[in-house]
Amino acid sequence: MDMSNVVTFLQSYSYYIGAFGLIFIGLFIMLVKHNLIKVIIGLSILETGVNLFLVAVGYISKGTAPIFSNSSIEAERMVDPVPQALVLTAIVIGVAVLALALSLAIRLYQHYGVLDLRQIKEQRW
Amino acid sequence: MRSVISIILLAVIAVGIGLSLDHVPFGEPKTKVGTHYIDKGREETGATNIVTSVVLNYRGFDTLGEVTVLFVAATGLGAVLATRRKKEKRQIEPASLVLFTGCRFLFPLILLYGTYIFIHGHLTPGGGFQGGAIIASAFVLVYLGCRGRRISETGSKTIESLGGLAFIIIGLVGLAVGGHYFLSNYLPKGELNTLFSAGVIPIIYIAIGFKVGSELAGVIDHLVEESE
Repeated sequence: MDMSNVVTFLQSYSYYIGAFGLIFIGLFIMLVKHNLIKVIIGLSILETGVNLFLVAVGYISKGTAPIFSNSSIEAERMVDPVPQALVLTAIVIGVAVLALALSLAIRLYQHYGVLDLRQIKEQRW
Repeated sequence: MRSVISIILLAVIAVGIGLSLDHVPFGEPKTKVGTHYIDKGREETGATNIVTSVVLNYRGFDTLGEVTVLFVAATGLGAVLATRRKKEKRQIEPASLVLFTGCRFLFPLILLYGTYIFIHGHLTPGGGFQGGAIIASAFVLVYLGCRGRRISETGSKTIESLGGLAFIIIGLVGLAVGGHYFLSNYLPKGELNTLFSAGVIPIIYIAIGFKVGSELAGVIDHLVEESE
């Protein structure tokens, strides 16, 4: 594989690479880190990656947003509206889930006095 | 040790995903269902924003489920953080005059902007979820700037419940009157690209906007209360 092939590959798949980069960074943080706040940050990064991947699947080259705001916009160049509709609600739900996870972290800290998962007896893994 | 195992695990997953993504080319034309929504969406729902017509009309039942997930998460947060023990009122340092006046000046403007976003959900890139998040950001500003102010918990719960109830009632009326499915669009669709168009879609988005805004404001209220 010569250099131009690699560049074409990177250009045509850059969104997928970015999305899965974020997903793997999030997963790695969740697997390796011991601090509960860092695990929650990893969860949030993972979720951003999933959202980015869903939007990237629906993209078509040189596409526009699926909104007929004036008559000059043609339907052929519009991106797929279904993944956008899914991601739209997923973002708000992500905020609520993040808040729920943080509230659990607050309670754990109040109960045990530490956020390190290794020092919480029932939480060891 | 654990990081090595994690890297090996992630590498295995990455190879699997890479092999399967080979069949999903980037930037290619969309799926059949997406094409149908774009071609027929305007006449079937009356909304010019196709994403809105998918969220509230074609997949309206799905959105009801997502609103329920949001509600459960907010309620769960309230249940986890609920403490009825009397805490001694910690002395809060009052904000400076500039900060206080700035917050009071910006608060109604942010509310107005959020309302604009969710009323025009069927015409512009916006809607109830985005508008609700903007409204909640106004409450973040108040909590950070005008310290010591609180939203009424009963009020936010009432608005939240009424928003959810409006969604379900409009959907059930659609089931009874309009067609054979939940959330069928039974109001006149009006003229494209005007504010009073798209039948029930703007009404439901207003209900969702109020619901999401009060829910997220309640979440912020719980977290701020916990930190004091």
